[in-house]
Amino acid sequence: MLNYIWSGMILISFAVAIFTGRIEETTAAAMEGAGNAIQTCIGLLGVMCLWSGIAKIAENSGLTSVFAKLLRPVTKVVFPKLKSESAALNAIVLNMVANLFGMGNAATPLGIAAMKELDKENCYRGTASNEMCMFVVINTASIQLIPSTVISLRQMFGSENPSGIVVPVWICSICAVIMGVLAAKVFERRGKGRL
Amino acid sequence: MMNLISSFAIPVMIVGIIVFGLAKHINVYDSFIDGAKSGLESTIQIAAPLVGLLVGISALRGSGAMELLAKVLAPVTGYLGVPSDVLPLALLRPVSGSGSVAIVNDIFKNCGPDSLAGKIASVMMGSTETTFYTIAVYFGAVGIKNVRHTVKSALVADLTGMVMAVILVRIIMT
Repeated sequence: MLNYIWSGMILISFAVAIFTGRIEETTAAAMEGAGNAIQTCIGLLGVMCLWSGIAKIAENSGLTSVFAKLLRPVTKVVFPKLKSESAALNAIVLNMVANLFGMGNAATPLGIAAMKELDKENCYRGTASNEMCMFVVINTASIQLIPSTVISLRQMFGSENPSGIVVPVWICSICAVIMGVLAAKVFERRGKGRL
Repeated sequence: MMNLISSFAIPVMIVGIIVFGLAKHINVYDSFIDGAKSGLESTIQIAAPLVGLLVGISALRGSGAMELLAKVLAPVTGYLGVPSDVLPLALLRPVSGSGSVAIVNDIFKNCGPDSLAGKIASVMMGSTETTFYTIAVYFGAVGIKNVRHTVKSALVADLTGMVMAVILVRIIMT
């Protein structure tokens, strides 16, 4: 999909540029954009290393398992059909904790492991179970304690208070997750999607 | 009050995690280096897609296409109270992670990170994930093609996050 979006962007830009007579400006902007991208990456490198380092400490010290235990009551509500000690539930909780700590690299393999466990309990081959849908929805609306990428971008561009948006982000993420979970619970019973 | 919590959140997390690690007798420095190395790798990995998408967005801006789009959407965005710069982000956020970073970059450059658009973009960016990418990776890993209501529910979540972002930032800034 990105294939069409990206090529569309470039083609539309130059098509419009012909009409607005801003061809040189467009080319210059494009080149500048390339440079900006690398500047942004360089700016991000430091903070990304910092957070990945801290997150690794949390993982190695078992802090993530402690959080996982705290999340159990929540997961029981969201995944009522999974038994407490199931491997799937364990993997799900670890993935959620990894996301919480902003450990994207760890969260994805953990998430895939969770999907594989859920698939073992799934009786409908090739079709997503309710638990799978719920799990993916929660991941797409993921809650991060510290949205490090945004904060460091803000700092790079001279924000007066880069981390000031943390609390609004928490509130929005929580609302998004709640609505996502509710929507999934409603949709799983209705319409053609029913199992 | 919100600012106070926000300012303390990061120091508390860092200190807390290090103290916990020391209490558990692990070598926190070695763990840090280990994690930092993988952070380095992932940032380098987004460099190429970021170049591609930022080139695309800068070209759209330079040609005047973005202004045209904003003019067309002005009645809608004005009614909703959404700054027109933020609309491309709302549309692209569920589709592409590096594209979103590129748009946020662009908004910060043109409007500043503390402007209305900048703050809304920040909150939107931080509170939702790249929906279609996540769906593709997670369901692809188990070979499932029929995802049923996942897309609808995920988009409900994304929409909620974005609407709340606009509402919250407007409340805070007035």
